[in-house]
Amino acid sequence: METIKINGEQESFSTIVTRESGQPVARCYQCGKCTAGCPVSFAFDLMPNQVIRMVQLDMKKQVLSSRSIWLCATCSTCTARCPRNIDLAAVMDSLRIIARREGVATAGRSRNVFLFNSNFLNSIRKYGRLFEFGTMLTFNLKSGRPFREADAGLAMLSKGKLKLTVQKPGGAAEVARIFDRVEAIEGGTVNCN
Amino acid sequence: MRTGVFICWCGSNIGGVVDVPRVVEVISSLPGVAYCSDYKYMCSEPGQDKIIKAVAEHHLDRVVVASCSPRLHEATFRSVLSRAGLNPYLFEMANIREHCSWVHQKEPEKATEKAVALIRRAVAKVNRLEPLYASTIPVTDRALVIGGGIAGIQAALDIADAGHQVILVEKEPSLGGKMAMLDKTFPTLDCSACISTPKMVVAAQHPNITLLTYAEVEKVTGYIGNFTVTIRQKARSVDHSKCTGCGTCWEKCPTRVPSEYDLGLGTRKAIYISFPQAVPNKPVIDREHCRQFTRGKCGVCQKVCPTGAIDYTQEDALIEERVGAIVLATGYDLFDWTRAYGEYGYGRYPDVISSLHFERMVNANGPTGGKILRPSDGQPPRRVVFVQCVGSRDEAKGREYCSRTCCMYTAKHAHQVLEKIPGASAYVFYIDVRCPGKAYEEFYQRTVSEGARYIRGRVSRIYPLGDRLVVRGADTLLGRPLEVEADLVVLATAMVPDKSAHKVARILGVTTDKDGFFQEVHPKLRPVETNTAGIFLAGACQGPKDIPDTVAQAGAAAAKVCVLLSRREINADPMVARINERLCTGCMTCRHVCPYRAIEARTVTGRQGTPERTVAFVNTGLCQGCGACSASCRCGAVDLSGFSNDQVMAEVAALCR
Amino acid sequence: MQLAYYPGCCWETSAREYDRSTRRVGKHLGIDLIDIPDWTCCGSSAGHSTSHLLATSLAARNLALAEEMGLDVVASCASCYQRLALARHELVTNEQLREQVNQITGRPFHGRIQVKSILEVIAALETAEISERVTKPLQGLKVAAYYGCLLVRPRPVQVDDPEDPQLIEKIMLAAGAETVDWSHKTECCGASLAMSNDQLALPMVASILRAAELSGANCIVCACPLCHFNLDRRQSQVNRSRGTDYHLPVFYFTQLLGVAMGLDPRALGVFDHFVDTSGILSLVS
Repeated sequence: METIKINGEQESFSTIVTRESGQPVARCYQCGKCTAGCPVSFAFDLMPNQVIRMVQLDMKKQVLSSRSIWLCATCSTCTARCPRNIDLAAVMDSLRIIARREGVATAGRSRNVFLFNSNFLNSIRKYGRLFEFGTMLTFNLKSGRPFREADAGLAMLSKGKLKLTVQKPGGAAEVARIFDRVEAIEGGTVNCN
Repeated sequence: MRTGVFICWCGSNIGGVVDVPRVVEVISSLPGVAYCSDYKYMCSEPGQDKIIKAVAEHHLDRVVVASCSPRLHEATFRSVLSRAGLNPYLFEMANIREHCSWVHQKEPEKATEKAVALIRRAVAKVNRLEPLYASTIPVTDRALVIGGGIAGIQAALDIADAGHQVILVEKEPSLGGKMAMLDKTFPTLDCSACISTPKMVVAAQHPNITLLTYAEVEKVTGYIGNFTVTIRQKARSVDHSKCTGCGTCWEKCPTRVPSEYDLGLGTRKAIYISFPQAVPNKPVIDREHCRQFTRGKCGVCQKVCPTGAIDYTQEDALIEERVGAIVLATGYDLFDWTRAYGEYGYGRYPDVISSLHFERMVNANGPTGGKILRPSDGQPPRRVVFVQCVGSRDEAKGREYCSRTCCMYTAKHAHQVLEKIPGASAYVFYIDVRCPGKAYEEFYQRTVSEGARYIRGRVSRIYPLGDRLVVRGADTLLGRPLEVEADLVVLATAMVPDKSAHKVARILGVTTDKDGFFQEVHPKLRPVETNTAGIFLAGACQGPKDIPDTVAQAGAAAAKVCVLLSRREINADPMVARINERLCTGCMTCRHVCPYRAIEARTVTGRQGTPERTVAFVNTGLCQGCGACSASCRCGAVDLSGFSNDQVMAEVAALCR
Repeated sequence: MQLAYYPGCCWETSAREYDRSTRRVGKHLGIDLIDIPDWTCCGSSAGHSTSHLLATSLAARNLALAEEMGLDVVASCASCYQRLALARHELVTNEQLREQVNQITGRPFHGRIQVKSILEVIAALETAEISERVTKPLQGLKVAAYYGCLLVRPRPVQVDDPEDPQLIEKIMLAAGAETVDWSHKTECCGASLAMSNDQLALPMVASILRAAELSGANCIVCACPLCHFNLDRRQSQVNRSRGTDYHLPVFYFTQLLGVAMGLDPRALGVFDHFVDTSGILSLVS
């Protein structure tokens, strides 16, 4: 592992994250209680406390390209137990948002989450509500597993719990407008490829 | 009136910014100034001599020194005036350093103008000052120590050995406090009772110490040198003058209740002594559980007592005493983790205990006879996990501060587990290991080399799995969560002020800090004094600390008390409030705003025939000269000597010219 | 009592039983649930992971609609509850954000209404109000109440204590069931990860099932459709991949409450789950 170099060229990533998440990241004293309680940590590459530590040290590239920020389930166990009242789940949210905004490439499991989110939002933008069947299918295809959960899907279908068509509510147009307006403010597409 | 103004250069501190010669020129021509000169260091010996000489040569009767902050040298220059034969209160300082040259270094011209204005103000004030005379207050040669733990005992012993009378008040039936509950003390591993009980006995037998146990201070009035305290001696139901401490009564008592001393792990009788080495070694009756008092029938102890010492009719007694100084030594309690830490079970898992619980277990006098056992099944644990910082360094659920002693006593506990249970293992979850004292780091390293495993990370959750407990923590050094299956979990809980501290603060009129500990005047330079003159602090009631620091602080508080008591009388500051009774309407607004309870109401009669009326009266011993009363008085009846309304208005006028 | 009901996107699909049992039980208890007209998606986890402004705006639209009705919002889906409640909290405390979001939605929200979960609404009733309507006490049922994450965290919107919640137990006890004390009441089931990376959910679900079984429970009760899907649908997957043999039926608390109050079990959807429920339900009647 290479030496961490602090040589004045980095922009203050920690300031940006602090501002966007609204959380005082500098106050973390690395007690590790978040890591200890995180139920998904077994699948992480960086532990939650390490993510915060790297943010503190402006290690932007390493943080944004980690798997952890995508696999975080936002269960908020870390937030509930942090002795410094830092909402880590909010920090993770911000890191996902920044990663997407900066176009950081995702792969494997991270990409699955990314794709799932984009498909979900695509569906809402189009229909105002989630078209579950269509979204699942698109997600399966795009993530390269067309028959993922096919048996569950069939079981749901047989019980009438999977609708093959969608009913657009009247408010769908308003929802699309919300997407447009947010995009105008934040720049870039809210939906991704 | 002949006023002399002395302007200091303070080396280059003032002189490097303010144009001192020019200031001298301007001030010399001020009306009311008879003489003006300057010098490099006014506070030095030659500088002071210059003032004394000038006073004599030029017949000066008032002095202004333009230099640094009065907080630094007001006292210095007042004594110069005394030596020059002048009343020391005919003196005023103009701060042209902290308030001028130091803060306006980039604007020397404006700084010079400001210096002139500040001195003009000082001259305007000094010309209206009146001579003031410090009065003296007598000092009662007796001290009160509230709290009979090691802090209180040590302070009482030191004061008593110096030849002064001491009253030592303790609310529990016995002396000893928390120290007597401990088993061994770090870093020497001395038996705690062995080192504290001899002191307890000396304190009880010392000719200069009056010991009142099972007693609480109920009321305190008065001021430094002259406190009047009311102490409630709670009814013990046992006549200690007859009791020999033979123990027959508590042997035969039929009622068993959970022992507070053993934190509910053990039991005691309704007539009891808290622990075998209790001082005094004589029992009290717990009237809330005693059958004689709750149901009206029993009386066994009275029947078996060989000296007839049991007295059910005994009542609380109120004792009034006069003392000159008070030492607060009320000690600490442990943070109640069971209310805050749901992730550790809210206290529902019997094998998750606090550090004090562990201490009682490991104490040979404790509920398990010194054996470390699981409360759930009474079996010795094979793997013990210690969790540090429960309630400390945790502003989300506990206290922000570090409790100072837990790293050390946890190392001690881990050592004891490894020593007492062959084949056992000890794990300690920590954030930092703080070992600041003498031989402390060595003690911790010894525990590590004995096999205690230290894991850096907090514990997120503890939950039962079968008859064991799963402790889910993290090793941040390796960057992974870490789970330990434990038989017993010991939580190092935060140290908080004793539950009586809040009440005691109110009775004495002392302030507490943001965490409820008594507030010291200055944490570095004046750690044993409170803002209320004559009241001192010792031990954990001022902040979390271990026994060495407590004993040292108790000695310091005792020294301050001795300084006070060894004088027959002390000077009272004359810059206090004065009430013009002719103008006072008796509305008593001043009494409401006085933070020192220095104002009382008194009735006065006018000339023959006029009715009695109420006016305010200032107790000059308590008054600290803050001026709140003066500001609140609607009739202008209150004035502050040394800061009268007249003087202040003159200053304003001089500055605004 | 009248409340504006937010059904959530999965109301007819994966959350169908929860929606139906909520409506039926609500009606029976005198809680009038009026659908928010023209409601739209709250944004869920995809929303807050992509854009804070978007997530808040999507939720705010629905809050504004409820505010027009003059009624507090109640949601059954725990994710919808958390999204709406958090959005309300932020809009009420951050004036700048509120102004910006109101402009984006075009439907101003003023913070006049509250957001509740159906769990807290029913738990707030007096125990007697529930128990006197119970005609078929849930005897023989040893319930492990599973809360998941979204109802008890974070602090500003929690409906119960995050370490030892008791609301579901209160309702189940009033319905005549036995409840167990167990260690994984609020341990995350994997939530939406179970959709995007279903393999990851298996170990998480497995540990919950293991703890439930060790506690002596014979069924699990929950209050979130995603939790339900994970614990119910993935139970067989866990058995297959780990060689375990769990057969713990998973119900929504509203379903069991409905059964206890004598409502038609079929209409409550208790036979539509993956893990067979007929065995345990036979204990009741």
